[in-house]
Amino acid sequence: MSDETKGTFTSDPAGTEAKTGVKSTKKLSRRTLLKGAAAVAGAAVGSDAIRGFPTIWAQEIKDIELRHVGVSYSVVKAIGDQAAKDLGFKVTMQNLDTSAAINRFISQPNTVDIADLEGWQAKLAAKRSVIQGIEVKKIKEFDNILPIFTKGEIDGHKIPRQGISPYEAMYISKPDSTDLHDGVTEWATFLPQVYNADSIGYRPDLVGHEVTEWKDLIDPKFKGKAAILDVPAIGIMDAALCFESAGLIKYGNKGNMTKEEIDFTCNKLIELKKQGQFRATWTTFDQSVQLMAAGEVVIQSMWSPAVAAVRVKEIPCVYAPVNVKNGKEGYRGWCNGMGLMKHLSGKKLDAAYEYLNWYLSGWQGGFVGRYGYYSPVPSTAKKFLTAAEWDFWYDGKPAPEVINDPYGVAMEKAGTKRDGGSFLDRVKNISCWNTLMDEAAYMNKRWNDFKVA
Amino acid sequence: MQPSSSSAQAPSRSNLAGWLYVSPLVLVLVPFFVAPILVVLAASFFATDGFGGLTPGFTLASYVEVLHSALTLKLYLATIKFTVLTWVFTLIIGFFVAYFLVFHVRNQLLAIGLFLLCTVPFWTSNIIRMISWIPLLGKEGLINQALLAMGVIHQPLEVLLFSDLAVVIAYVHQLTIFMIVPIFNSMARIDKKLIEAAIDAGASRFDIMRLIVVPMSKSGIALGTIFVVSIVMGDFFVVKVMSGGGSASVVSAFYEDVGVLQYPTAAASAVLLTLVLVAIVSLILRTVDIRQEITR
Repeated sequence: MSDETKGTFTSDPAGTEAKTGVKSTKKLSRRTLLKGAAAVAGAAVGSDAIRGFPTIWAQEIKDIELRHVGVSYSVVKAIGDQAAKDLGFKVTMQNLDTSAAINRFISQPNTVDIADLEGWQAKLAAKRSVIQGIEVKKIKEFDNILPIFTKGEIDGHKIPRQGISPYEAMYISKPDSTDLHDGVTEWATFLPQVYNADSIGYRPDLVGHEVTEWKDLIDPKFKGKAAILDVPAIGIMDAALCFESAGLIKYGNKGNMTKEEIDFTCNKLIELKKQGQFRATWTTFDQSVQLMAAGEVVIQSMWSPAVAAVRVKEIPCVYAPVNVKNGKEGYRGWCNGMGLMKHLSGKKLDAAYEYLNWYLSGWQGGFVGRYGYYSPVPSTAKKFLTAAEWDFWYDGKPAPEVINDPYGVAMEKAGTKRDGGSFLDRVKNISCWNTLMDEAAYMNKRWNDFKVA
Repeated sequence: MQPSSSSAQAPSRSNLAGWLYVSPLVLVLVPFFVAPILVVLAASFFATDGFGGLTPGFTLASYVEVLHSALTLKLYLATIKFTVLTWVFTLIIGFFVAYFLVFHVRNQLLAIGLFLLCTVPFWTSNIIRMISWIPLLGKEGLINQALLAMGVIHQPLEVLLFSDLAVVIAYVHQLTIFMIVPIFNSMARIDKKLIEAAIDAGASRFDIMRLIVVPMSKSGIALGTIFVVSIVMGDFFVVKVMSGGGSASVVSAFYEDVGVLQYPTAAASAVLLTLVLVAIVSLILRTVDIRQEITR
């Protein structure tokens, strides 16, 4: 590891120094020139590293600030603070909701350094030319990233490509390509950093039986006590999973429906709404927790940490294991990754690569693991998790001791088993991925029909 | 030359003064209102590749789509329903609160104190004021629990929260102050002697209300109406949260459009909404000459 780090830095400060030197000769004082020379020298010596950085390099980078922008469950302040501490430059985490984020990346790309992108957002960002390709060679842990992302498979199991799978959105052929490339290349659109599989959350005491199928969400038994996610692009996929589960329709591709399929799905949703099936719809993590905790709903599409957040309030809540059965069911997977904005260059780009490498080096993987999300490099995350935490979160074994959340608050009692089983059980049962359909505009219109019905 | 130049200078100087007077407003309005509106207007005529890319040009496609859609009509009906209900309740409550403060509280200091008291809830953010209704109105909320305990109902009332009722309650709570302030202001200008004279002449309380107070508060009512109508029609957040996502509004629909990068249709909807609001406001201004009433 350290060899490669040094490799990067011995060459880069020299290179960038040369560039900045040319740019600002007029303003350069002898002192800065000397400093630059010293940086090159220091980097060349490169042996006395602080956390892998030569001392002089640390001087050079302390004025750098990286702005990492994205949704709150993926771009977390505590992670940015730790990165800043370890790397020696400033990291600012900024949170926006999904649609505000993609709008900012596209309309004000220069206000962002690291864009936190879902697969479909990476596709859009590449298309709009706001990101630059990530040079795979510069990512130390790249070969240890699970093949789910890098090759679209795991343990010989092909990862489904309904919706936009991370693998599908991962590669471009050249650093400035605007179209995705099917198959492995040297250039990545984004670097996966956190992902999970979404399903249903329910109150076991009020539902009365184990839920393993999406169709329970639209069961008339739960009339007025069910809720669904109201982010059109992914809410419609949850609805599709329900209707497919109930045997009402078979979709060609739930993640990229035809107009007819969209019509069927939205009409069915309107019908259910008129029958009073849905108590509400939700758009944010907190809303879903509140709906469940306040007894408004007993079953709803839900995210894993939200289920945990309900349980912390001592209200029983289960995350339904919706394993694939007869070509139906399955989780809706999502994955957030980091993209490098096009304007990054020179030292700032080097710092950004350092940041990406830090992300995959384990601390972040351990952190997100403690609220139930996964790292694309479990081998490094493992080093930052206790054996008990690893057993509980990744292996799906009963917790050997009390499990704490990332901030040290007790979360699960000893003996509890994680819903949905082990990591592999979950990811192999992902049947579709978060997406933006080709017919997004039409879908959105029909979703609004559902909302106003 | 001298006399003529001085006579020419006089109007130009007053002209300059006039421009100076309006310049602060112009400096605010041009960059923060006119320019954005022009950008939106331009975007509404552009074509899109469906993925956030805009092709400068001139096409009416977005307007055709918005105006031909049954969805637009439904959204306007939903929004107008919320606007009318909110307007009626804020007007009734606002009018009587102002009336009480002006005509029934004799001590002026006390009246001003009570008036300030009305603004206390507005010291917190309107999001908090809205969200605080949720534990009150919910299925397991205070109102349902109280009614269940008293035996008035046997099943929690679901209509209290995540319903149109909840939306209107939140709007009325948030916006009544916008009625109280202008109505209070115009009522306070009514000469009390006028009312005494009316009483002396044998007018009933109802006549005083009908013939003196309401007509003379017209400008306040009109101003309050403009505030309430434009805020409700331009809002989407209250509808989203309080209806539990069960209802939509004109703005929430085009917000979703922006979310999937359909900028031209969103822009066209925004322009349409602006035109509708301009029409409503000018209708109000046509009925009540606010300028004349204020400078009265």
